[in-house]
Amino acid sequence: MSWHQISIAQMSKALAEKEVSSTELTQYFLDRIEIGKRWNAYLDVSTHLSLEQAYKADKLIASGNSGKLTGIPVAHKDVFVTRGWKSTAASKMLEGYLSPFDATVVANLGIPDELNPNGAGMVCLGKTNMDEFAMGSSNENSAYGPVLNPWNSEYVAGGSSGGSAAAVAAGLAPIATGTDTGGSIRQPAAFCGLTGIKPSYGRVSRYGMIAYASSLDQAGPMGKTAEDCALLLTAMSSHDPRDSTSLADSGESYSRYLTQTWKQGNSNIAKPLEGLRIGLPKEFFAEGLAQEVANAVNTAAKALQNLGAELIEVTLPKTKLSIPVYYVLAPAEASSNLSRFDGVRYGHRANEYNDLSDMYKKSRTEGFGSEVKRRILIGTYVLCHGYYDAYYLQAQKIRRIIAADFQAAFEKCDVILGPVAPDVAWRLGEKSKDPVQMYLEDIYTLSTNLAGLPAMSVPCGFNSSQLPIGMQLIGNYFSEARLLQVAHHYQQNCDWHLRQASEVV
Amino acid sequence: MKLDDVQRIAHLASLELSQAEAEAVLPKLQAVFALVEEMQAVDTSGLAPLAHPILFLRDLAQPLRADVVTESDQRTENMQSAPAEQDGYFLVPRVIE
Repeated sequence: MSWHQISIAQMSKALAEKEVSSTELTQYFLDRIEIGKRWNAYLDVSTHLSLEQAYKADKLIASGNSGKLTGIPVAHKDVFVTRGWKSTAASKMLEGYLSPFDATVVANLGIPDELNPNGAGMVCLGKTNMDEFAMGSSNENSAYGPVLNPWNSEYVAGGSSGGSAAAVAAGLAPIATGTDTGGSIRQPAAFCGLTGIKPSYGRVSRYGMIAYASSLDQAGPMGKTAEDCALLLTAMSSHDPRDSTSLADSGESYSRYLTQTWKQGNSNIAKPLEGLRIGLPKEFFAEGLAQEVANAVNTAAKALQNLGAELIEVTLPKTKLSIPVYYVLAPAEASSNLSRFDGVRYGHRANEYNDLSDMYKKSRTEGFGSEVKRRILIGTYVLCHGYYDAYYLQAQKIRRIIAADFQAAFEKCDVILGPVAPDVAWRLGEKSKDPVQMYLEDIYTLSTNLAGLPAMSVPCGFNSSQLPIGMQLIGNYFSEARLLQVAHHYQQNCDWHLRQASEVV
Repeated sequence: MKLDDVQRIAHLASLELSQAEAEAVLPKLQAVFALVEEMQAVDTSGLAPLAHPILFLRDLAQPLRADVVTESDQRTENMQSAPAEQDGYFLVPRVIE
């Protein structure tokens, strides 16, 4: 059985019907990880820890104490701290770091134990590669080497959750966790032909997620189908008293609308999305968008129209400004968050130094990679006395305009549709010399993080080089279940998300 | 932004840059700030800064928890990644001469 080709929804059935055990599934994926090393998707794997968890999952299943996800393997982005596996955020700064606790996301999905009685019972396969501290759009900023795209290993996997994306696309995990500060779930999902969702800010706890930009960071699932993402997000999201921005009303079934029609009581099965108004922001289809991507997204829009949805043009006038606003706010928050790395309690410490302050400087200088240092410098500068008002406060004020622009658009439509990125994956090394060039690639994803809205990436085609194209669905606050519903109906009527990269056996 | 600024902010951020590194990073930072300058054309008078997206929707009170012990002693686990340790303490260079 080719377990890497089926959804976790199907895997869940196979486990419940005793067609396969968690131990067998786990061993299957561990074997694939071993032979799939060339993509550099994983940073830490521990066969005995994974099999120990699988054994516990099998016991839960045998005793009838299992849930939908019990026994299903999952890979975690290395930004989540885990007991047992090393947690490095792909930085030399945290090389070999062992966390004394699990991130809430890891605990919510993991095997239940005395510290974590409510875990969903999933088996951790290991930690996936990423851009260092989640800063990057191509996964080339990892201290442990870039991730290669399973669709063509001369191309980037996207970032920052590139390891999670490549792991699922190469069949080295059935599903994975990611985080998204400015597109880091959606863009690698699009580049690797996956479905991924960044929920509304506050839905998923940030406790134990190594912080990049705290007012933008959100975790979410990356998998093959919208149905799988709904299953994982339901288990990931919870109210967490240990994250002060975790919402009290988190925790709902994100699968609840999947099989329903958009309008209640609609009996026309050929038009399940009747009543759905889809807004196409004209700024998302303007200059800079590759023609093949535009064509694929427009074809997807037509497909949704055929399912009953109505297409409407909307406007998000400050789309271009989301780039400077993001690249002020995110580095500002990063410079503050990363000040914790001083070589005292954990992390890298330089071998030679003169005094305490020299130890800080040398440890940080040796531990951080060049993109991380650049963002710390930008962040420090914009927070300096004299520049604070012109940069940091001005960016926060435009952030309010961007959030308000979305609300104006949502008066005319229920869901916004556009591309995830201006183009497909680029060649390794093609943009890494010019940071600004890479920042411009984030144009369609940044604004939803600034506004805190849920958004997802759904495969909608391939370009002429056989590289995947993703469309983006953006919803209003807390409408994740509705976004997943739209994506699910789309996926019932196409097979883009089921295609397999030819390099993957 | 000038070369002096780069060294000044590097110092504030506790980073060390050689003169060559500072010279190499300067044009990259200047390119970022050229992009950032686009923000100055936007009229934001009368607008309150938005620090956090949920504040756009509603006021958020700082959540408080009961002041009770919730964790047991985990000193050994907490010390396991310390770069230098002695008798359960973090070791740092002498601070007071």
